[in-house]
Amino acid sequence: MLHFILRRLVLIVPVLFGLTALVFAIARLLPGDPVALAAGPNATPAEIAAYGKEFGLDRPLIVQYGAYLSGLMKGDFGVSIYTRRPVIEDLRAYLPATLELVFAAMFLAIAIGIPAGLAAAAWRDKWPDYLSRVVALGSISMPRFFLGLLLQLLFAMWLGWLPLGGRFPITEDPPALVTGFLTLDALIARDFTAFSIACQHLVMPAIAMSLSPLATIMRMMRASTLEVMQQDYVLTERALGLSSRLIMLKYVSRNAISATLTVIGLYFGWLLGGTVLVETIFDWPGLGLYATKAVVTQDFMPVIGVTLVIGTLFVFANFAVDLLYGVINPKVRTE
Amino acid sequence: MASQTVPPLLDIRDLHLTMKSFDGEAHVLNGIDLTVNRGEIWGLVGETGCGKSLTGLSISRLVSTPPARYARGEIRFEGEDVLKLSESAMQRLRGRHIGMIFQDPTTNLNPSFRIGEQLVDVALAAGRHSPEILGLEARASSSARRMAARALAETMLDKVGIPNAAQRLDDYPHQFSGGMRQRVLIAMALIGRPALLVADEPTTALDVSVQAQVLRLLTGMVQEYAMGVLLITHNLGVVAETCSHVAVMYAGNIVERGPVASVLAAPAHPYTTALLAAIPTRGVKRGDLKGLAGTVPNLIQPPPGCRFAPRCALAGPDCRADVPPMIELGAGHGAACLRVASQTEAA
Repeated sequence: MLHFILRRLVLIVPVLFGLTALVFAIARLLPGDPVALAAGPNATPAEIAAYGKEFGLDRPLIVQYGAYLSGLMKGDFGVSIYTRRPVIEDLRAYLPATLELVFAAMFLAIAIGIPAGLAAAAWRDKWPDYLSRVVALGSISMPRFFLGLLLQLLFAMWLGWLPLGGRFPITEDPPALVTGFLTLDALIARDFTAFSIACQHLVMPAIAMSLSPLATIMRMMRASTLEVMQQDYVLTERALGLSSRLIMLKYVSRNAISATLTVIGLYFGWLLGGTVLVETIFDWPGLGLYATKAVVTQDFMPVIGVTLVIGTLFVFANFAVDLLYGVINPKVRTE
Repeated sequence: MASQTVPPLLDIRDLHLTMKSFDGEAHVLNGIDLTVNRGEIWGLVGETGCGKSLTGLSISRLVSTPPARYARGEIRFEGEDVLKLSESAMQRLRGRHIGMIFQDPTTNLNPSFRIGEQLVDVALAAGRHSPEILGLEARASSSARRMAARALAETMLDKVGIPNAAQRLDDYPHQFSGGMRQRVLIAMALIGRPALLVADEPTTALDVSVQAQVLRLLTGMVQEYAMGVLLITHNLGVVAETCSHVAVMYAGNIVERGPVASVLAAPAHPYTTALLAAIPTRGVKRGDLKGLAGTVPNLIQPPPGCRFAPRCALAGPDCRADVPPMIELGAGHGAACLRVASQTEAA
């Protein structure tokens, strides 16, 4: 098992290296002159050149890439040519917000999707199955931003139960920073008022984000459950008097989940890169908003930094899925 | 009160099963009659698709309805028709009163769970309504039950000849060889101490040398527990070696049945004769082996009368008129063939 983990970890290195090269090249090959944009509308060509020189942009691309890589080793992600802030500081501020949102959305998707898929398979062609089909179709076809708007209209505007947007009101005291996840930090600080405030802000964007992974996980779980139910060992379990509840909840579900795990890993990465719309609607101070701003202004260091972070998380999410296969499937573990 | 006769362990009477398919309803079982008593090992033989597995599955009511439909007949287990039982009553019979073993030991154990856990769950299910299986009082706590079930699992594993039973309980199915897995499945089928065991081709997927071991183990356990057995197979050699009785099936009918010695030595039905002629023996030369001409009839529109008539050398117009009745030849040997009747009358 240890050998397996080490081998996978070593494989991650070339993937990430390739990612830096690709992103760096693409960001710099885009048309337009970001330096001129950043220097302002009234800057003279000489001023623009001087501005570029300040950030080392006059050097050959390959030298810049080398400098960037050696900076990365020290945890330096470069500097924004707009704000002149180090990108690493921005990432530190925005990444936890996005991660908290993605984790909350995935938690909802898994906690509802897996049992619902299992139920849809167990009562195939009965009402739970039909209900799950309608929910799945609805959630897949409903754009996230539109659902977000509907949620805001209902729960914030009409019912007034939840705040319209934001992550934490500036009028309240946030909990001491530990993990960067406000909900967790509040729990660690035993500050239940802050916890409730954080949850109230988190719930709507998390629901809006969770819907499409929820639908996919539910359908995957249903399909793989139906497949497992056809297996010989399920017939044996039935023939030897195990109750259908025990068979479904214990013996079938564990086998069915392993196929669904792959989708869960993929969706985790997909959500990380897809938070922009939801963050915009709910005014969630996350990576998506940050990246959008950077892309629009062609501020490439933040763009590269965000891409790298998301890419790394994506790779590690898949790595975690591979490890989970080992936990669920004893055959993988011993091989 | 009048003296009650003990009902046979298993008594299948005139069982008709149809199966819905794209082309219509197939008449898969066409009046099965079969009686199995404690201590008897019945071999159920016939070619692929003749309905022998469906007969076996029907006893535990494991055939899904639909597409299947029981058109007529009953399956009496200790006098009670299982086709009329509620699902929960049926579940109580499974494992505890009727054990089952299937063909492929590589796919019949759940790959994600330790075999001990699977054995324990079967023992717990059997012990739920019969705590004496676990050697416990009815009020025993769930942890006491679990411990007793684990001890029983170890005993059973030891009994089926798996060395180091205590440690092997914690192994996963893929850590066992095919023969060992079938032993585990035998232990699992017998852990609830069923009175009837249905074994559907339990040795077909195994090596020949392992086959003999597993069969010997099975017959030993059957004698020890005085069970009745229905052994489904297409191997007449296995029947000759293992069974006390045999029933030969063809296209959804039992065409001949009786004690093994008498059926194999003096087959009365032309199909049984043909089956026996198709077994290769030592010294057989190329071209000597006799196959049976023709194919199995279409079960959606089966031929009227005897279903074997289209392939039978002895068939006449009378064979195609009505389904032939089972004709008794003495000592429990019977064959469903009109030609047998004319022979016995002539004699």
